[in-house]
Amino acid sequence: MSAGQIDHEKLTMAQALNRALHDAMVADDSVLMFGEDVGALGGVFRVTDGLTAQFGDTRCFDTPLAESGIVGMAVGMAMNGMRPVVEMQFDAFGYPAFEQIVSHVAKMRNRTRGRVHLPMVIRVPFGGGIGGVEHHCDSSEAYYAHTPGLHVVTPATPSDAYTLLRAAIASDDPVVFMEPKKLYWSKEEVALGTDGPGIGTAVVRREGTDATLIAYGPTVPVALEAADVAAQEGRSLQVVDLRSIVPFDDETVCAAVRSTGRAVVVAESAGFASVASEIVARVTQRCFHSLAAPIGRVTGFDIPFPPPKLEHFQLPGVDRVLDAVDDLQWEDQ
Amino acid sequence: MTSEDVLRLLPTDDPIRLIDADGSRVDGSGGDRYELPSDADLLHAYERLVVARRLNDQANALVRQGRLAVYPSSHGQEACQVGAAHVLQKGDWLFPTYRDTVAAMERGVDPVDVLTLLKGDWHSGYDPYETQVAPATTPLATQLPHAVGVAHAAQLRGESTVVMALTGDGGTSEGDFHEALNFAAVFKAPVVFFIQNNEYAISVPLARQSAARSLAHKGIGYGVPGRRVDGNDVAAVLAVLGDAVERARRGEGPQLVEAHTYRMQAHTNADDATRYRLDTEVASWVDRDPLTRLEKHLRGRGLLTDETHEQATAAADAMAQHVRDGLNRDIEPDARELFAHVYAEPTPQLREQAAQVAEEASREVAGR
Ligand SMILES: Cc1ncc(C[n+]2csc(CCOP(=O)(O)OP(=O)(O)O)c2C)c(N)n1
Ligand SMILES: [Mg+2]
Repeated sequence: MSAGQIDHEKLTMAQALNRALHDAMVADDSVLMFGEDVGALGGVFRVTDGLTAQFGDTRCFDTPLAESGIVGMAVGMAMNGMRPVVEMQFDAFGYPAFEQIVSHVAKMRNRTRGRVHLPMVIRVPFGGGIGGVEHHCDSSEAYYAHTPGLHVVTPATPSDAYTLLRAAIASDDPVVFMEPKKLYWSKEEVALGTDGPGIGTAVVRREGTDATLIAYGPTVPVALEAADVAAQEGRSLQVVDLRSIVPFDDETVCAAVRSTGRAVVVAESAGFASVASEIVARVTQRCFHSLAAPIGRVTGFDIPFPPPKLEHFQLPGVDRVLDAVDDLQWEDQ
Repeated sequence: MTSEDVLRLLPTDDPIRLIDADGSRVDGSGGDRYELPSDADLLHAYERLVVARRLNDQANALVRQGRLAVYPSSHGQEACQVGAAHVLQKGDWLFPTYRDTVAAMERGVDPVDVLTLLKGDWHSGYDPYETQVAPATTPLATQLPHAVGVAHAAQLRGESTVVMALTGDGGTSEGDFHEALNFAAVFKAPVVFFIQNNEYAISVPLARQSAARSLAHKGIGYGVPGRRVDGNDVAAVLAVLGDAVERARRGEGPQLVEAHTYRMQAHTNADDATRYRLDTEVASWVDRDPLTRLEKHLRGRGLLTDETHEQATAAADAMAQHVRDGLNRDIEPDARELFAHVYAEPTPQLREQAAQVAEEASREVAGR
């Protein structure tokens, strides 16, 4: 499709995801959507709104309430010619499906020497910042990223939400598609085409020369805001949005960090044994001689996600990001 | 097991009902196997239904006022809530879900404390050992194996404890529901599994949840007797659950009881039920309301005096006032506590992180 024919529309991230599902279902009859409350209700975040009405109950449907069953059935359907997209209603409600995801979704290709592959997408609304009660605000990406065989991606903008979900559905490998809940209502002009960043590509969201902020999903806007504030204080911060956790775009991330010589990773999940840990480790190994300071990390604390009134303590905010930047040994101490 | 034994596991074709929607005593439909609770028990149940309904109303109001983050109402299901709690004895355990605020109150937990999680706090609000009420569980059906574990431990310890384990109709589709039934049966654990089938799991109707003859039939494959009861008839709920509890206490093992009821309100205040069900369907359940049904029955028998009525209203008023007072109090949550109970002793890393939060707080104070 040439750029001239691509429609542009102002959409929220939830609407962009909805359009991606819609357009993928139009383009390919084997694309199906199922899960809990995705039919008549249109999903608790309305990401599947209208799909059952338009495509019928065989293409977008509610299942019995069992996440292991949902993912397990998707495995079988993917083995037999379908491209299922399933929804885990909230991050923490994906855990009953963990066995299926880790033992089968992730391993089927390998176990069959590449003969059976699973073109399926597991959508997981994740993260905090929406005043949710317990079990509704987990950041579960590290569990999936730690599991060989799964692609793990997370958009930070409505445009990326559209193109990444189209790419995930088109992928012949299973993709865990992490949707930052607090960005569902963020809005921008979206290009509705399938050309765009593929899975595995990070992007520099903002150019800067003094230090690099590395973020993904819900913390990208935080990093951008921190860069705005830093600019007023005379410091130029670059912002990298990973978009894809697995595969990891070493090239873009390392080139960015080499260009500034300093970096801070900003992520919402608990920091211990996390995606942020992995980023620090691999960037340090590859860019050691370009670094003027150890890479900083601003993450959630190593505690269960706190309740609404206290969640601001857990979520990386601009102040903590700027503190971490200040700590990057700008002078001899 | 002979075929006859299997037949004994089967639930009745129709839910057991002792009092009709118009308040009259029912005979037949399996109901004759159960005795109507005593007048005193019915009068007590009446008062508790009035209080239960009021808690639902009060909690809904507190959501609108921003005092509760979310409230899954049990309006219409109060007979189940009251029944499940009142058939238990001291020392028995209750395993509630997020929708069972009323049942927890009926077991003696302060309703202000029960609402702690729904207020949006990080802990269950009450000490489960004080009242033998487990923390309310949100991940569906995951509490059911715990209930079996508590019951089995009680058996091993020589205690005569019975455990009442609650779930919704949707929860019966989760693997944990089936594993819990099977474990309970194999270990002959004294558990009563009580399903409040309110016809919906958020937007998903029962027909999409199960193709079984009834949810109570799900016990048969595990060797667990199933019973169906009219969940809007508190007399029947008390009789059927009471019988199940007694059997469990006698060492006859678990039972599965399905109550047929209806979720009169949206899933929670955050839900828009008009997207998936018709107002006429909801309206068709108004006549089956558990509170008015018992009221009609008691009035018909001349048992409900104005005095009893006033006494119940006064109890509801007092409870509502207490809940308002408790939830209208502004308590500044202390962030340091977030680090205190993750482990028995905070790890060195958690100590560091707690110190960071304290340091940020003191800088903020200094900066003001
Ligand atoms: C494991 C899990 N998956 C999904 C959810 C999200 N969720 C919360 S309540 C609910 C519906 C439950 O229906 P039911 O068991 O019938 O109980 P009811 O709410 O009707 O009382 C769903 C899907 C959850 N809490 N836990
Ligand atoms: Mg239900």
